[in-house]
Amino acid sequence: MSKHIGQGDGPAPLERLINGILPENPVYRQILGICPTLAVSNSMESAMTMAGAVAFVLLGSNLVVSLIRGLLKPHLRILVFTLTIATFVTIADRFLAAYMHEMSRKLGPYVPLIIVNCIIIARCEVCAAKQSVFTAAADAIGQSLGFALAMATIATVRELLGFGTWFGLAVMPKAWPAWVVMILPPGAFLALGLLMGAVNWIAAAWAAKSAGGGEEAKKA
Amino acid sequence: MSDKGGYIRQGWLVLVLAGCFGAALAAVHVGLGRRIESNKLGDTLRQVPKLVPGAVEGRPESLGTRTVYRAVDSSGRTVGWVLPAGGGGFADRIELLIGLDASAETITGLYVLEQKETPGLGNRIEDANWRGQFAGRSARRRLSVTKADKGGADEIQAVTGATISSRSVTDIVNEAVGRFRADLGASRQ
Repeated sequence: MSKHIGQGDGPAPLERLINGILPENPVYRQILGICPTLAVSNSMESAMTMAGAVAFVLLGSNLVVSLIRGLLKPHLRILVFTLTIATFVTIADRFLAAYMHEMSRKLGPYVPLIIVNCIIIARCEVCAAKQSVFTAAADAIGQSLGFALAMATIATVRELLGFGTWFGLAVMPKAWPAWVVMILPPGAFLALGLLMGAVNWIAAAWAAKSAGGGEEAKKA
Repeated sequence: MSDKGGYIRQGWLVLVLAGCFGAALAAVHVGLGRRIESNKLGDTLRQVPKLVPGAVEGRPESLGTRTVYRAVDSSGRTVGWVLPAGGGGFADRIELLIGLDASAETITGLYVLEQKETPGLGNRIEDANWRGQFAGRSARRRLSVTKADKGGADEIQAVTGATISSRSVTDIVNEAVGRFRADLGASRQ
């Protein structure tokens, strides 16, 4: 490992931002952060609260880690990442307990569990510890949008099929027989697996199409 | 690398950050602590009618060194008590509300105010079915936890795979109910 992990260059801010949304989507492409993805995606409300909390923690941690990147000692960097992440998670947890009490009770231990969400520590390691504050912020926003997109798609499928509602509003016809399995843990695996398959299939089809058109193929 | 400077030179950043983050969290607690407590209080008062049959509201009272809630019906008669109680669980602190009848002879209900037990195992202490086991038990005798399919009059069936969480809740209930009965007895003499 090089001694100056504070330097180095990587993708530009805009590229980081765009990559996070689909090409390097944390859930569908990197398969990170699967615990909250499976656990709290049975309603849009809890999925979006989780996405918001993760976005706050990711942005905060990326900014702090990027600001102190010149001071990081290689063998102590993971300790610093974890300390930073835990602080932002605790702030998010207390904020939810104060202003969204019901939701805080519903999410229970999944908010403190953001500390061990691999998306965040991966972004600290891959981007924030090496790139400028601006790039780290763009990266955090891109990855957060990607995570929110994944949570929204999975929660939409599960809530629609399982409760017949979206954000708690009745959407499906009254005759819709709620598929209870979609609310329960197996539904999380079914929805995630099928959606991940679909996203990768579409990405592969696009890549093949643009390669056929003579353009530069997007790498998977 | 290890002989380059002492531990302080190696780890000063971790120490400084820990100090800064600690101060930031203390500030967050000062800013939000009161609001979080008032949310819990609101939750407690909402639970009173569910924990004590016939109760319409709870009135805070101090007994000994603790706050308890006197559950009253619509004509203002005391129909029971709600005790806030807490203790260590498997993962973190568990906070409970325990409903008792007016004479503190029988447990009338149990509610989990806060817990961070293992999802899928320990967090099933929140299930109404499991909590419901406590209703109707005698408050005179200590409850114990059993793993058997059928429990005795003073036995609570453990949540499968979460014996420690089950035992923690039962211990908290035993302790709080025992102390409340003693305090109530002392205050009536």
